[in-house]
Amino acid sequence: MKTKDQIALQAVESESIKISGAEAVIRCLLAENVDLIYGYPGGAIMPVYDELYKFQDQLTHVLTRHEQGATHAAQGYARTSGKVGVAIATSGPGATNLVTGIADAQIDSTPMVCITGQVGSHLLGSDAFQETDIIGISTPVTKWNYQITKASEIPEIFAKAFYIARSGRPGPVLIDITKDAQFDNFDFAYQKCTGVRSYKPVPALDTHAVTQAAELINQAKKPFIVWGQGVILGSAEEEFKDVVEKSGIPAAWTILGLSALPTNHPLNVGMVGMHGNYGPNLLTNECDLLIAIGMRFDDRVTGDLKTYAKQAKIIHFEIDPAEINKNVKADIPVLGNCKESLKALLPLIQKKSHDQWMGRFEELMKIEIAEVINKDLRPQKEGLTMGEVIVSINKHSHGDAVVVTDVGQHQMVACRYANFAQSRSNVTSGGLGTMGFALPAALGAKMGAPEREVVAVIGDGGYQMTIQELGTIFQTQTAVKIVVLNNEFLGMVRQWQQLFFDKRYASTEMVNPDFVAIAKGYYLDAKKVDKRENLDAAVAEMMASDKPYFLEVCVEKEDNVFPMIPTGASVSDIRLK
Amino acid sequence: MDKTFTISIYSENNVGLLNRISAIFLKRHINIESLTTSLSEIKDVFRFIIIVKLPEENVKKLIQQIEKQVDVIKAFYHTDEETIFQESALYKVKSSALFEERHIQNIIKESHANIVTVSPEYFVIEKTGFRKETDRLYQDLAPFGLLQFVRSGRISVSKSKMGISEILKKFKSDN
Repeated sequence: MKTKDQIALQAVESESIKISGAEAVIRCLLAENVDLIYGYPGGAIMPVYDELYKFQDQLTHVLTRHEQGATHAAQGYARTSGKVGVAIATSGPGATNLVTGIADAQIDSTPMVCITGQVGSHLLGSDAFQETDIIGISTPVTKWNYQITKASEIPEIFAKAFYIARSGRPGPVLIDITKDAQFDNFDFAYQKCTGVRSYKPVPALDTHAVTQAAELINQAKKPFIVWGQGVILGSAEEEFKDVVEKSGIPAAWTILGLSALPTNHPLNVGMVGMHGNYGPNLLTNECDLLIAIGMRFDDRVTGDLKTYAKQAKIIHFEIDPAEINKNVKADIPVLGNCKESLKALLPLIQKKSHDQWMGRFEELMKIEIAEVINKDLRPQKEGLTMGEVIVSINKHSHGDAVVVTDVGQHQMVACRYANFAQSRSNVTSGGLGTMGFALPAALGAKMGAPEREVVAVIGDGGYQMTIQELGTIFQTQTAVKIVVLNNEFLGMVRQWQQLFFDKRYASTEMVNPDFVAIAKGYYLDAKKVDKRENLDAAVAEMMASDKPYFLEVCVEKEDNVFPMIPTGASVSDIRLK
Repeated sequence: MDKTFTISIYSENNVGLLNRISAIFLKRHINIESLTTSLSEIKDVFRFIIIVKLPEENVKKLIQQIEKQVDVIKAFYHTDEETIFQESALYKVKSSALFEERHIQNIIKESHANIVTVSPEYFVIEKTGFRKETDRLYQDLAPFGLLQFVRSGRISVSKSKMGISEILKKFKSDN
């Protein structure tokens, strides 16, 4: 085994060195500044794992307990750090287990590179042991993928993969490497990728469109901003805030845009969409100008498109040309990275305030507080609500934690009530709605932002989909705080059954195990709370811990999340109960 | 309203790209009427010609999704009026028909088809043209017994300029 110094010396001494494909994989990762990867070994990827052993002082490999966990951890890492997450697995089942995480990363634009082993190239197509066509399987859910069958292809393909994953609208890339390509020796030299001729990651800034946008903004009486993750992915938080503050326009977020503007910002009017706030949804159909920034008009945001913001002019700031006019027709599309376009917009807009219009949001917020929020956060009943758990987390994290959520009622409640002071603090599965996302994503989120407090809020259903990652959390001693909100139901589905299927609770009730015992089985500090008087102290104890900590909170079994826009209904038809 | 559109895609010549392109149609439950791939006028650049019947609004969105693919250089859509297009068909007929039926020789002559090969057992006719022309020849020959029939997908060139070389040149100068 070579020492670290010998390897470094060798790399310095010669521009091109003869090494194996497997070693080249490691060197490519190091050249892309990767120091942490998630994965699971197996036959077809063993040569790479052998090299990981030799390079373990430079590249940390986290062994998850399932390949799906590796992808979600890589996603969580990417979301908090802004770097490309890397997941690695073997061929066949190892590769197919990555698919859910890849699809999640694709729809939520998360930069990720997945590496899979493949059977030897002479065996391709022979239905060999653990052979699967992962290129074919992953094609519809990757931004790009490639099968390497020769070691000499490795440097160029890796450089291209990282470039594609992180540039433009980010996304997942998969590289499949046959076993013989990992074994073969070749002359290695690495050159970073700076462009792909058929790929234009960022459209040129259209200054004419920016000028037109500014004119509309300056004329508007009731303008409304809806922002999405594009603000975060483009590192455009400052530019965005400047535009919001100068224009004085009320701004609402999509679930993935959350945390780009602090919760307590006076112009942050809340969340749009199915379980968003009352005002932002209703006033979508009252504004005279809708300014969409880095968002894609998902159906969970718009409801019925035929009745969505028909009265308003629409400006759409967007990096991906395929999103323009896909769901909502834009009067002024502004292509480009919003960091640049918002910067160009700022000097062209007038300093304004829209007090009367803001007043409409405040009025509707008062209604929402009376009808919904008070019940959620200051309940008069005996059972605990999900909302009051989030309030307690806010209190003991000083509203500055990274909150990782799974999918369902707890996700909506956490996104509605969690406080955020800085960007990249909300990690959730938005587009794909992947149950089982949160636990491994929280592990990755903490590793991507080790200095920050990371709290995973998970339902009892989703928790059990990737519960085995407690093993990874224990082994790596990653100090994530895990809060399971246990209502012994698949709560969101149960809510729909109650509202739309005459309370026929088909397969949504769960008989759960002793979650505390399971956590303790992994040697984690663990506690269970089922009474209001114990909640605050338990959350305080959890947040004070510098180790991983598990907290189960038994919440009201049949609470519903409101407001709600029923599927296919208009944003105007938002229900408060 | 559904209309026939010719989608032209200029792309890199990569294994798997066909799968990636067809997945865009599959995901949206769109039937491909015909598909041909070949080299283009530019070295190392591949060309797809895909025929679909769709409302124009949907074709526009499809083009956006196709162009979004990393390996796609540029995609266009055109109506029939905006392109020059042809299809090729091959007809395999038993040779006895050619010698015994005078009529068949007139059919071949009138349709401007070419005899590609003649053997003692069979002969093969080739006809390139519009769909209705290859269809007519099919109907005319069918009574004599077609041993085999095959028709290619549409190939087409646009009347307007595609400007691919300019895109590639710009990339080269930008990098």
